[in-house]
This record gives sequence, structure tokens and C-alpha cells, in this order.
Amino acid sequence: MPALSVEVRDDIAVVTFDLPDASVNTFTRAAREEFTALLERLERDASLHAAVLLSGKPEVWIAGADVEELAALSTAGDAERLSRQGHELMDRVERLRTPIVAAINGACMGGGLELALACAYRVATEHPKTVLAAPEVQLGLIPGAGGTQRLPKTIGLRAALDMILTGKSVRPRRALQTGLVDEVVHPAILRDIAVTRARELAAAGGRNRLPRRNPSTSRGAAQRLLLDDNPIGRAVVFRQAREQTLARTHGHYPAPLAALEAVRAGYGGSGDRGFETEARLFGTVAASDVAKQLIFLFFASNALKKDAEGSGRPAPVDKIGILGTGFMGAGIAAIAAQRGIVVRFKDTDHGRVLKGLAAVRDVLRERLAKRQITRQEFEDQMSLVSGTTEYTGFANVPLVIEAVFEDLTVKRQVVAEVEAALPPGAIVASNTSTIPITRIAEASRTPAHVIGMHFFSPVPKMPLLEVIVTAQTDPQVTAAAVALGARLGKTVIIVHDSPGFYANRILAPYINEAGKMLDEGAAIDAVDRALVAFGFPVGPITLVDEVGIDVAGKSGHILADAFGARMAPSVSLQRVIAAGRFGRKGRKGFYLYSDAGKKQGVDPTIYALLPTGAQRSTIGDDEIQRRAVLAMVNEAVRCLEEGVLRAPRDGDVGAVFGIGFPPFRGGPFRYIDAVGAATVVRQLEGLNDRFPPRFQPADLLLDMARKDGRFYPK
Amino acid sequence: MPTFGNGRRVAIVAGLRTPFAKAGTVLKSMSAIELGRACVAELIERTNLDVGQVQAIVFGTVIPSVLAPNIAREVALMPMLPKGVQAFTVSRACASANQAITDAADQIVLGHADVVIAGGAESLSNVPILHSRGLTDAFMTANRAKSVPQKLQAFTRVRPRDLRPIAPAIAEPSTGETMGQSAEKMAKINHIPRDEQDQFALRSHRLASAGTTDGRLTAEIAPLYVSPRYETVVTSDNGIREQTSYDQLAALKPVFDRMYGTVTAGNSSPLTDGGAAVLLMSESRARTLGYAPLAFVRSYAYAALDPGEQLLQAPVLAAPVALRRAGLSLRDMDLVEMHEAFAAQVLSNLAGFESKQWAERAGFPSPVGEVDRTRLNVMGGSIAIGHPFGATGARILTTLCQELGRRGGQFGLLTVCAAGGMGHAMVVERA
Repeated sequence: MPALSVEVRDDIAVVTFDLPDASVNTFTRAAREEFTALLERLERDASLHAAVLLSGKPEVWIAGADVEELAALSTAGDAERLSRQGHELMDRVERLRTPIVAAINGACMGGGLELALACAYRVATEHPKTVLAAPEVQLGLIPGAGGTQRLPKTIGLRAALDMILTGKSVRPRRALQTGLVDEVVHPAILRDIAVTRARELAAAGGRNRLPRRNPSTSRGAAQRLLLDDNPIGRAVVFRQAREQTLARTHGHYPAPLAALEAVRAGYGGSGDRGFETEARLFGTVAASDVAKQLIFLFFASNALKKDAEGSGRPAPVDKIGILGTGFMGAGIAAIAAQRGIVVRFKDTDHGRVLKGLAAVRDVLRERLAKRQITRQEFEDQMSLVSGTTEYTGFANVPLVIEAVFEDLTVKRQVVAEVEAALPPGAIVASNTSTIPITRIAEASRTPAHVIGMHFFSPVPKMPLLEVIVTAQTDPQVTAAAVALGARLGKTVIIVHDSPGFYANRILAPYINEAGKMLDEGAAIDAVDRALVAFGFPVGPITLVDEVGIDVAGKSGHILADAFGARMAPSVSLQRVIAAGRFGRKGRKGFYLYSDAGKKQGVDPTIYALLPTGAQRSTIGDDEIQRRAVLAMVNEAVRCLEEGVLRAPRDGDVGAVFGIGFPPFRGGPFRYIDAVGAATVVRQLEGLNDRFPPRFQPADLLLDMARKDGRFYPK
Repeated sequence: MPTFGNGRRVAIVAGLRTPFAKAGTVLKSMSAIELGRACVAELIERTNLDVGQVQAIVFGTVIPSVLAPNIAREVALMPMLPKGVQAFTVSRACASANQAITDAADQIVLGHADVVIAGGAESLSNVPILHSRGLTDAFMTANRAKSVPQKLQAFTRVRPRDLRPIAPAIAEPSTGETMGQSAEKMAKINHIPRDEQDQFALRSHRLASAGTTDGRLTAEIAPLYVSPRYETVVTSDNGIREQTSYDQLAALKPVFDRMYGTVTAGNSSPLTDGGAAVLLMSESRARTLGYAPLAFVRSYAYAALDPGEQLLQAPVLAAPVALRRAGLSLRDMDLVEMHEAFAAQVLSNLAGFESKQWAERAGFPSPVGEVDRTRLNVMGGSIAIGHPFGATGARILTTLCQELGRRGGQFGLLTVCAAGGMGHAMVVERA
């Protein structure tokens, strides 16, 4: 089955791209060959005066390159060659005697955007799924088919850098304003308008000599003149972009800087140098480890998503109950309401319910303020959440999530109470982060229907969901919980019930180790700086302040009870908890915070509480990183070993999406593979000599070291 | 003998309302549409209703929002309801919710629907303010003008007097009388003394207060978490004065006639915000879905008279018709609920029920009869509870049916007077 089909209407070739056996259109090798053949035909056939390119996929125009092909590139040379082929194809499109009109409905991204830019004219639809983006940097790549050259030329330097350096999606109206598309129409008339424009282009003699239907605003034009189109302004823009990128990436991600360099090489000058630079740099980044890891994460989270959708096809859950209208409960209610799910929102008294509803309103209001939803959508979504202090409205609730106070007795009581009000077969899910689901299930009449759904805070922003299963949990229940999680927009991993589950369990030894380094006299900001340099978004001490010192303490306690000496908390943390500091929520923790909650500096008075007092010594960055990170990854291996995790992939995705493990390193298991199991074991044993027994390598890790094994095939 | 429905009975399955609050107080931040949405959403929750069953929503409102006049449709478009739900909005002054209920019942009896939610809402805190004719004309002309100079030109003819806004008055267009003035007139014509009116108002407050304390009245109220601030929850009607005394009422000055008047703020119903709704089903659908109805509609009637005569006396003409249609008499009624727009009006209505002249005028040989005061408005009425114009009818029906259930009664009668010289009566039966 061919991917391209051509229907000739008088002198216009209407081309439909519909990649067989795929849900999205990508530039697979076969597709590229068909495009080349199409171009040849357009060049040869004098009876064809113009062409229109449509997609046969309902929500995607062209999603870009075939990521599997990119993943298989092993050398910079291969990648550079691929980029040059892309250049050739796009150049041909641009130089074509027969102008092509890109008729865009759905996602137009990456290589798709690059093709659209090479076309003579772009019409987009005002469909909710129509977006334009250059997301290559999110995979550690840069646009490789001329995007770094054509995009700035089309929409101006700053707008192009904004798209290329962040990978953000642009909606049609905005694309029209920047000149990225020439026209926006209702989907029902896309084909007709595109054909009409094609005819007009052919009559006007080719490359976009049509009158601008949407001249850019005078303010935009002035800015372009001042900044983009003169050398001094440009230099300022490039410098700013570089600084912002470095601040954001801490130098860990080469792709945005490479993209910047490619843009710079070509903008305002002759085209060739820019394209050359793009091809060369595409080669460099595509072969980089960072790209490999980011592409791995892309595949891994897609695979998990597919698992979520495919598992058992449970009936969609259109209504949920939420018990506990605190911060977590409100966050879950808000994301459910956003997706059209009815929420019965219950707590024990009116005051709590009011606070919960206000919190839901705040989450939705943020989207309203950012113009992501309209006023009416905001009102409608709020109307889906009905607050109550009684168990009314539960008789048709198929799944209830309890997010009540973190206490086993309270949770068991609530489970027993709600079950009396639920219909038969309903699922009871717990959002607990520290209490074993099995213990909670003991209070249920149907323990097979009890499961954990552990969201991360703040719920609307954190992508990970751990679905916790016990030995008794019915697989249908698991499937329903996973499906609901996916519907709520979360990346879901299935974890077996055990203390700390996965993410918090591997976080604990990492935080403990940071604390122990404080015990030994390290400076607080030095520890945090070292781990940020490693690639974490914030350091462990800042994280403790964020999460709440009391919360971290309680959870650490539970893990220490469960796992013994290796999870023993640091003296520093214990003392700070005893001193009654809460962290950011109390505006005073290890750091000081402004009234508005902005982090200021380390609180110098805190050192008085710590073991070595005001006396601080230096522990080198390398050692700080090694101790904290190895403590974490070693624990991750234990989770795999014990069957808490189903696969290394789940552990990598869980750590990256749940606790900020540096994405460019791929995750704990990818990290061990990169360093080498034998090396990791040697480093752990070295540390264990100094600090027994907490650095004892996990058995599975010792085994791998012996066999020179890897978690992932090379 | 055939009663309403000719065998296809309309079940009143459940009723619910928001708390009623005096205009300008705790509910002022919510529009009528929001109040309507809140009580319908909670009605759906409390009845565990399968939303796929709802076929229509009919709502009554007296002062509609200019931007969204079909309040019923705005309520029906809540995302949990299917988009195919029919919705229309009706207006019969204070009997608007009753009109909504009888229209819904008609659709069920016709076989056009099996499940309809009917009710009403009003926000007298949020009344639209109009521009004068002069200013409105200027705006419309400016809208049509092509150029900026032409647009500006449209405003050059606006005079200072045109800048005064117009607030909707509660005056009868044909007579120019406000409802309060009409109530005054009725008090005089029907010789209703001041002290009787105050006693009746006191009664309303005392009984409503008792119903609030013992939970019978609040059982039909859904606690309202007031948006958009979510800082207050309102759980009961804030117009009810537990402590009010006869002396306090007697001390108030008459509002509508300084010289000879007897109608005061204390013996009138207050301007109020609130929403109320009832769930109606065909008897067979209620059975299939497993609901035990509160009551059934036995009969209803509307009547009208010259607004210039006695504006709020039409219930006297409607009640005997409803009773005849029901094949029953006043004696058979275990409970009677009468909307208390003004104490003077209720007392006039009650006198009218006993009057031979009114009976003859309605075409009946004998009067409706004397209403047993122990069965009348047993948990107070609109004077104490409040009167959101578009919602009251649904409140009264809910209260009547639920209290009938509590007492094990069989038949109930409700009457509502309405501006424009109209009246409504309905007879309900249990089992």
C-alpha cells in the first residue's frame, strides 16, 4: 500500500499522505522514496501546475521523522548524511516549478514543519488538534531538514528561536500572527481553499506571490526591524538566547546550543553555510548519549502509554469519588474535571470542602489565566466537582480515590464507610504514599478491589502515577486504574505493594546521604549545587524543604522501620525536625523563604542545630554526587530485584518523571549501564568500606557485575 | 374519575433547593444560572440519577439574564448532562417554577418524555440595569456606523437625562401599581387588620425556625459552597428570624401607604436569591429505575383576573378548579401550602376560599371552605423562608410532598399567586 495517493483535479495534483499501518504520518524511508518519486512526477508532468498536500490521518498532518530510524543512527556521519538527504528533499520542494500548498490539519511537527516551510504556501485549520512545533530538542536533536534556516527566515529570529529552543507547540491563530501559516480556515473547507490557492499560485507564477492575507501587526514589524534584522540587535538576541539556554540546561543538553549555532550560522547571511552547519551539528547531537537517553525515554513512556490503553479494555470511568479534599484530593479533582469526569468530592466538614473547592478553582483558574481554557469551560469544569460532607452521590461511583489523612486507622475507617455507599464491584484506590495497600485492604469487604493510585505533588504538574498492586488485586482492577491514570494524562507505572513503593523509596537513601554529608560538615548549598550540577532540577536539601521537613521525616521513619540500617535517617534531619522547622510551607527550613515563598539563601542559624555546628568542611562535588546518586540507584536495583518494579524501563521512567532524575542520563538503570555494572559495584564497595553497611551493593547488581551484564541490550 | 394524566401518572421523585438568602447578602456573588446549576447538579447526585435518562430541563425565572435568557439551557449544558437534553425557560411571575413543573408534567403525560427536571432560580442581587432609550439608540447607531467619526457622531444627540440607568421595577405595567401597593389594596378591600398580618408573619417565622432546628425544612436544602470565593458555606435560609417578636413586627412602619397602610417589610416576603428543582418522572419509568416517588401530580389549574382589581387573589379562582379536577374537596387535603407573597395576600386568599361571591365567580355552587390552620404552611412560608421569584414554586411543591410523607398524609394542595393577576393551584397525592 502506498503512503501517497494522488488525485488530479484539472491541473492541480491533490496529494494525500496516509502512512499505512500507522496512526501518524512520519517520514519513514519508504515515505521519503515516495515523496522523491512524487517530486519527480511534478517536475516532469507539464500538465500539472500546482499541488496540494493533505494528510489522511484525522489528527496528524505530519509528525516528523521516524524516531526508530533516528534511534538506530550509530555514528555522527550517518546522521549527517541523513540530514543532507533531508536538505536535498526540501530544497527540491522549494525549487519546484509546481508550487505545493501545505494543507495542514492536525499536528505539523519536526520534519513535517520543515516540509511545510519548504512549500510555497501554508493553510492550517482551526481544529483543536492542529499545532505546529519544532520539538527536536526534546529528543536531544535539532531540526535536520532545514528548519534552523527556513523557520527564522519565515517568522523572524526571536519567534523561531522560541520554537526551536523549547520545542513548544504553536496554535493556528498564533501561527497566523507570526506568519508561520498564511491562512487559517474551518476544517470542512481546507481542501477547497488549498486547491484554490494552488491555482492562484500557479497563475501568479510560483513562489508565494499572493497578496498577504494577514499582514503582520505594525508592532511586530517594528520589533523585527529593531532586533532581528540588524546585526547589533541580532547579537543581543543570540547572546540572550544562549544565556537563557545555559541557565535552563546547566550545560547538560547540547542540542539547544547546537540549534542556536546552526541558526546563527545562516541567519542574515548566505544560506549555504547555515545548512552545512545544521547538517554537521545534527550529526553530532544525533550520535550523542544525551539524544540516545532522551529517545529511550520517549519510547519507554510511549510503550507504557500503549500498555495503559491496551490492557483489558476496561469500561471508561466517567465519574469518580474523592475522599479528602486536601491539597492532593483537590489536585486530583481538578485534573479529573479538566477531562470531563464528574467528581463527588467529600470531606468531613464544610470548612474542608470549601478549602478543597477553592484549591480546585485555583488550578483551573491558572489555565484560564493562560488562555488554555475559556471562561465557559472554566465554569463548566467547576460544575463537575460537587462537594459534600455525606456519603450521598456514591451509589453510581465506579472508582473512589481516598486522599485522607495519612494514618492507617483513619484510612481503614474511611474505606469501610465508603464501601457501604458504593455500588457492587466498585474500586477503592488509595493515594497513600507511606502505608502498605495490603494493610488498608484489610478493612475492605472486597480486598481484590483495593489498589493504590499514588499521585505526586502538585498533582496537576507532576506526570508520574504509581499504581500499586497487592497480591490480591484483581487484574481488571489494575487495568481500570491504569486506564484512568492515562486518561488523567499521567505516565503510569505498576508497582508492587511494599514500603515507599518505588519513587519515594529510592529518594530516601539519596536524601539521607545528603543529610549524612551535612552530619560530616558539608555546607548545605554545596551539597545542593553538586547535585544540580549532576542534573537534578533542585538539590536534595531544597527538595526536603519543598516537600516539607516533617513529611520527609515521617516517610523516612517508615522506611527505616521497614528496611533497617541502610535507610537510617541522618542526624541533621532529625535535629531539624525536632526544632520544629517545616521548610518552605513554614517559610523557614534549611533555607529561608520570602513571604511569597521565594527561596532566598541558606538560613545561617541552622548550622547551630547540625552536628559539626558552624564548622563546615568541604566535600568534593564528585564525592557528593557519587554518594547520593549511588545510594539511589542501588536502591532502584533492589526494587527490581524484589519484584517491586516489573522492568528496568518502569524504574527509569518512574525516576525521571517522578523525582527528577536527570532525563539526559535516562534513569537509574540506564545510568548503571552507561557507567558499567562492574564500575558501579566497585564504587559502592569503596563507599561501603567507609560507611558500612548502607552501601552494600544489591545482589542483582553484584550478579550483573560478575557476568558483565546490562539492564538494556547495547 | 379521570385525573391529570388519564392513567399516565407523573411522579414527583425528589426535590432539592439551595438555601434562600436575602438579596444582597450571602448569595449575591452567584448568578441565577449558577444557582440553578448548583441545585440541579446536587439533585442529580443525591438521587444517584443516571444522567443518560434526563430528557428535558424546564426552568422558571422572572428576571432573566440578558446575555443568557434561556437559563434552562445553560443549566442543561452542564458537562455531565448529555447535549441532547431539551431545555426551555418559562415565565409566569411568582408561579414560574410551577409553570415549569406543569409544563414538564404535560410533556410526561403526552408521552414525549419520561424524565424531566423542573424548577427555577432567581438572583435579585444581580438584576440587569438598562440604559435609557436615548443611550440605547446611540449605541445601536454607533454599532452600525462604518467609520470612527461616524461612530462618535452617534453619541452627539445623547442628553444628560439619557444617562440615568433604568432598574426593573416590580410594578404592574397595566396598572402602575407595585405588588406591595396591590397587597395594601387587598388588605383594605378584604378588611385584613394589621395585627392579623403581623401575627401571620410571626407564625411564618416561628414555624420555619422550628423546621430549621429540627431539620425537616433543611432536609430539602443542599448546602451551598458559595462561588467564586469558596469562603462561605450556606446551609439554611438566612431570612428566618427565630427571635422575632410580635412587638418588633408591630413596630414597623407600613411601606406602601404611609397614611393608612398595614403592609410592612416584616409581613411581606423579602427579595431573595435562590434556586430549587424537582425531579419528575413517568410512573412507569420511576418504577423501572427503582425510585419510590414522594407523590404524584393529581391535578392542577391556572386562573387569571384583572390585575387592577385584586392582583394577588387569583389562587381563589384556581383552587376550586384544581380540586374539582382532582375529584376532591378541601376537607380531603391533609396539608395545604400557600405562597406567602404578603401576609395580607394569604389572609385575603383564605377569606376568599370561604366566600360565596368568589365561589360563584369561579362558577361553583359552594365555597372552597375554611382551611384548617393546623394543616396550613406547617413549616412557615415565603415571608420567613424568602421568595426568589422563579424558584418558589418548586420549593413549595418539595416541602408539601416531603411533609406529606412524614405525616403519612394522602393529599396535599398548594396555591401560588402571581403578578399579572394570575394564580395557580395543584393537588398532589401519595401512593
